[in-house]
Amino acid sequence: MSVLTQHLPQLLDGLLSTCLLMVLSFAGSLAIGVLVAAARVSPVRSLRAAATGYVELFQNIPLLVWLLLFVFALPEVGVIFPLFTTAVIVLALYEAAYMAEAIRSGINSVGRGQAEAARSLGLTTPQTLRHVVLPQALRSVVQPIGNVLIALTMNTSLAAAVGVVELTHAANEVNLAEAQPIPVFVGAGLAYMAVTLTIGLTTGLIERKVAIVR
Amino acid sequence: MLDGSRGGAGPGVPMVSIRGLRKSYGGHLVLDDVDLEVGAAEVVVIAGPSGSGKSTLCRCINRLEVPDSGEVTIGGQPVPLEGRQLARIRAEVGMVFQQFNLFAHRTVLENVALGPVKVLRQRPAQARQRAQELLDRVGVGAQAAKYPAQLSGGQQQRVAIARSLAMDPKVMLFDEPTSALDPEMINEVLDVMKSLARDGMTMIVVTHEMGFARSAADRVVFMDAGRIVEQAPPEQFFSAPRSQRAQDFLSKILIHS
Ligand SMILES: Nc1ncnc2c1ncn2[C@@H]1O[C@H](COP(=O)(O)OP(=O)(O)OP(=O)(O)O)[C@@H](O)[C@H]1O
Ligand SMILES: [Mg+2]
Repeated sequence: MSVLTQHLPQLLDGLLSTCLLMVLSFAGSLAIGVLVAAARVSPVRSLRAAATGYVELFQNIPLLVWLLLFVFALPEVGVIFPLFTTAVIVLALYEAAYMAEAIRSGINSVGRGQAEAARSLGLTTPQTLRHVVLPQALRSVVQPIGNVLIALTMNTSLAAAVGVVELTHAANEVNLAEAQPIPVFVGAGLAYMAVTLTIGLTTGLIERKVAIVR
Repeated sequence: MLDGSRGGAGPGVPMVSIRGLRKSYGGHLVLDDVDLEVGAAEVVVIAGPSGSGKSTLCRCINRLEVPDSGEVTIGGQPVPLEGRQLARIRAEVGMVFQQFNLFAHRTVLENVALGPVKVLRQRPAQARQRAQELLDRVGVGAQAAKYPAQLSGGQQQRVAIARSLAMDPKVMLFDEPTSALDPEMINEVLDVMKSLARDGMTMIVVTHEMGFARSAADRVVFMDAGRIVEQAPPEQFFSAPRSQRAQDFLSKILIHS
C-alpha cells in the first residue's frame, strides 16, 4: 500500500490526465456524434452516405490502429500536433461513431408525427431537427450516451500505448520502478472504477431530470 | 377576431387549387388525377371510405407527401418543390392531425409559440402573449404551463388548433381531427372548428362527422378509390347523393352515427 501513497502525486497526475482526456474527447465526440447522426437522417443522399461511411470507417478499424496512425503517420505527411491533443482528437473521432449510432436510435424513437407537425408549421429540416427531434432524441438516449462515455473512459488507457502519460501509463512507470504490480494495478483499476461508477450515477440522475412527461 | 381570409389570393383566384394530382405507392394508385378548387373562406369537407385517399390528398397539399405529378397552388402561388420556399408556404397552411402531434418536450404555451418565434421571427414575449390569447380562445388557457401528456385528447387537439392559428394561416387542413377522441370530447373540438368557419377561415376537413359537415361545410367532396366521385352542398349531398358509391357510404355512416 505504501507504494501508492509514496507515488501519489505521480498517480494523481495520471488520473487527472485521464479525466482530461475523457472530458475533452467526450465533448468532441458528442458534438461530432450529433452532426453525424443528423446527417444520417438527412433528406440529402450524399450527406447520408458520408455519415454512414464515417460510422463504418471508425467502427471497423481498432482504436489502437487509429492512435498509431495519427501519432506516427500524420507527422510523416507534415501534420504535427502535441501528443495529448492527438489522443483527444482520435478518441473524439472514434467514439463519435458510437455516439452517432446511439443518437440515431434516439432520433428513430421520436414519432414521425413530431417532425411532420414541425415541418407543417414551416420549420426547415435543420430547424425541425434542432428544436423538435433532437431535444427529444437526446433525452431518450442519456443512458446509451453514458455507456459510450464509460467505454471511452476505458479506451483512454490505450493512449498509454502511444506514450500519453495518463493513469495507466503512470501506473506502469511506478511498477517499473517498484516492481509491485498487485497494489499498483489494482489501485489504478479501482480509480477507473470510481470514475465510471460516478458516470453511471450521474447519467441516472440526468435521465430522471430530463425525462419527458408522458 | 381571427383574420381567416389573409390576403394573397386576389379576387377570383381560389385559395387552394389542385390540378391533376396523382400519387401512387409502389404501383398502387392512391390519387388518380384529382382536381379541386377551394375558395377563400370556404369550408370543404372531404368524405369517403377508408383508403380512398383523403389523407394522402391533404398531405399532398402541403407536400408532407410528394405527389407523382400535378400542381398545387396556395393563394395563387405554386407550392415550391423543396427547401426554404416550401417551408415558407407550409407556414401559411395550418395542419391538424388525427394524433394531435403536440411537441412532447415543450409546454402547451411553448408549443403554440414555437412556430411564430422560429419561423415568423416574432419576439418571444410577443409570441407568448399571442399564444396565451389563442389558448384562451380555444378554451385551454388554464393549461398553458402543462405538458401535452397532462391534457385530455380534446384539450390536446384544441392546443394543436391554436398552434396552427398562431401562424395566421391562409388555409387550414384537418385530417380526421376527432377520430382519436373519446366521444364526449368530440364536440369541444368541433365547436372550435365551427367558430373558425364562422370567422371566415378557409378549411379543408377530412371527417366522418356528418353533423359537422351539415352545419359548417359549404361543400362536401366525396372520394372513392383515389378519385373525387361527386361534390355538392351538404343538404344536397346528404338528401340526394347522385353516385351509388356515395349512397352506399352514407347508408353505412348514417346508421353508425
Ligand atoms: N406511406 C404509404 N405507403 C404505402 N401505402 C400507403 C401509404 N400511405 C397510404 N397508403 C395507401 O394509400 C391508400 C390511401 O390512403 P389514405 O391514408 O390516403 O386513405 P384515407 O382515405 O385517408 O383512409 P382512412 O379513412 O382510413 O384514413 C390506402 O390504400 C393506403 O394503404
Ligand atoms: Mg386518413
